[in-house]
Amino acid sequence: MSSCIWLPATRPRRGRDAVSPGRLLAIAFKEILQVWRDPRSLAIALLMPLMQMVMLGYGVSLDIRHVPLCVFDQENSQTSRAVAQRFVAAGWFAASARLGSDQAVHEAMDRAACIGAAVIPADFSRRLDSTGGSPLQIVFDATDANTTNIAIGYAQGVVALISNQLEARWAAAHGGPATRAGMVDLEPRVWFNEGLESRYFIIPGVVAVILALVGAQLTSLTVSREWERGTMEQLISTPVTPFEVMAGKLLPYFLIGIFDAAFCLLAARFWFAVPFRGDFATLLITTALFLIVVLAIGYLISVRVRSQLGASQVALLVTMLPTTLLSGYTFPIDQMPAPIRALSLMVYPRYFVTILRAVFLKGSGLAGLIGPVLGLVAYAVVVLWLAGRAFHKRLD
Amino acid sequence: MTAAAMAPAAVMVDRVSRRFGAVEAVREVSFTVAPGEIFGLVGPDGAGKTTLMRILAGVLSPDAGAVALDGIDVRAAPEQTKLHLSYMPQRFGLYEDMTVAENIFFYATLFAVRARERRARSAQLLAAAGLEAFSNRLAGQLSGGMKQKLGLVCALIHTPRVLLLDEPTTGVDPVSRRDFWAILYGLRESGVTILLSTAYMDEAERCSRLALLHQGRIRALDTPARLKQAMPGALLALTGPDPRALRDALAGAPGVLGLLLMGDRVHVRVDEPEGRMPALHARLAARGLAAATMARIDPGIEDVFVALLGSGAAP
Repeated sequence: MSSCIWLPATRPRRGRDAVSPGRLLAIAFKEILQVWRDPRSLAIALLMPLMQMVMLGYGVSLDIRHVPLCVFDQENSQTSRAVAQRFVAAGWFAASARLGSDQAVHEAMDRAACIGAAVIPADFSRRLDSTGGSPLQIVFDATDANTTNIAIGYAQGVVALISNQLEARWAAAHGGPATRAGMVDLEPRVWFNEGLESRYFIIPGVVAVILALVGAQLTSLTVSREWERGTMEQLISTPVTPFEVMAGKLLPYFLIGIFDAAFCLLAARFWFAVPFRGDFATLLITTALFLIVVLAIGYLISVRVRSQLGASQVALLVTMLPTTLLSGYTFPIDQMPAPIRALSLMVYPRYFVTILRAVFLKGSGLAGLIGPVLGLVAYAVVVLWLAGRAFHKRLD
Repeated sequence: MTAAAMAPAAVMVDRVSRRFGAVEAVREVSFTVAPGEIFGLVGPDGAGKTTLMRILAGVLSPDAGAVALDGIDVRAAPEQTKLHLSYMPQRFGLYEDMTVAENIFFYATLFAVRARERRARSAQLLAAAGLEAFSNRLAGQLSGGMKQKLGLVCALIHTPRVLLLDEPTTGVDPVSRRDFWAILYGLRESGVTILLSTAYMDEAERCSRLALLHQGRIRALDTPARLKQAMPGALLALTGPDPRALRDALAGAPGVLGLLLMGDRVHVRVDEPEGRMPALHARLAARGLAAATMARIDPGIEDVFVALLGSGAAP
């Protein structure tokens, strides 16, 4: 330990109420030593972000790939087989079985062998050829309504594609206008997330959620540890000021938080391959701002709850539910009922979720993010003010 | 001399009271400690020693009364008094996951001790405490006695004017206690005022003055010698094969004011030692305890304490 490089010795008379950088750094230095030697804190600081990045990054996805699809092809013609093939070719569906009866479709659904079944009628080609159109039935197991909705969307896309091609063929065969498809050229274009990858949308949100959870956990231990281990009584008998205690304790966790943020953001960019279109300064400033809010909330809890376990539980409770439910990282806020939407304004991670998504996908700068940034600034001011007043150098 | 007389008391406690719910931990306690004194607080568990120490250290507020250290009001300017104060709580208050050297460094920095001074003092104090070899050991891995000495080293790293020690030697081995007291005497020489609470009567005897605390009140306050002189009655030591039987035999005997079992002997407090001895001998002989020997002795602080408070209040 090199001990005296950065600590200027000061005259004892000084610093009655003034902030002493020496004392502040002494607290920070002590905190770093303690985190470094405490397996629990170290695990929260280093392992928790890694584990959550893996679990949430891979676990939470709104994309559906290879939806098992049964085909009940009553016609079994070249055309009907081509239609069935198209579903698989698009990549969203996996043809799990060709079935021979309605009964078989029912059974396959009951066994969960497939969650969708395309039923091609026996007169499919004939009707196409004579009238230029034929019904095609797709039955879905809507037990998981969310998955089903998305699958229906995919199915409609596939059907539209098939229908375009068939129309073109029919028109050519019947000498009608060259192609109807060519005339109505609807080409939907999705901005910012061209591949409609929900991953791009979710991963930045995951980073915000992880930092909210980890940050509050880290600082929730810092003051409660002193109470629990009996070191607080001696600490408050020294001239150290409450501000020095707060700033000295937040500083190391801020550095750890920046490290964790860098880790998560790099993982988002390079491991999960989320495109990054924003600028580094915006990212750094907003991340720092968010960390201050998160760490100060953990510190507030730590001052109030005098046991480490209790403080960590409270921090988990206070951050976990609102963050996962109301931050908008998976459940879209604008689809919530108005009172819940209003409530979500209180949930500070929602601002950072918005910011990170915009910085990553839209390349927004500070000016474009004025709303959520101001939300975070307001939060930081209030929380720091509360934290600064929370700690008293008293046992009672 | 006159300058010394006019100097403010190092510690001034004026009608201090503090209650916790229904319990009055400290009731209207007043005393002053002169600069350079070693002042002892003695009393049984729950007497209010720790509460009083915490109030003096400025970490607990009194409900009523005033406390001043070096003439500075602790309630009005708690942070200013803390600059010149060192407090060692009863429970080990240092960081067990930090080494001896790191703890010293931490407390030196909180008190803004210059690096050069810190190195010099820490070397000197560690040597006095016999801890030089343990600089890099985690505080949590020290023995009880070494921990307390480390506490003292950290408390003294910044030259306090007033040193508050709450039962500093409880659970400490005799060798460490001797080291501990050697340091305290050295401090007194350099004018540091020491206020300590203790459960050990031999330590109480080393104090320049003693306050006997019981149920939150001061029952007696004087030098150890004068406290002993003021004890009502005189003391006989009774030695024999079965001290318990001896004690029981003399219970209720005429002239016996109190009986206290002290290890292998019994302290008998009587109103008039010479006059009562024959009758006491006879009483013992009548119960088959004639082998016991009886001798006049000087009272210890514990005897004084028990005489003042009754045997139930033995510290």
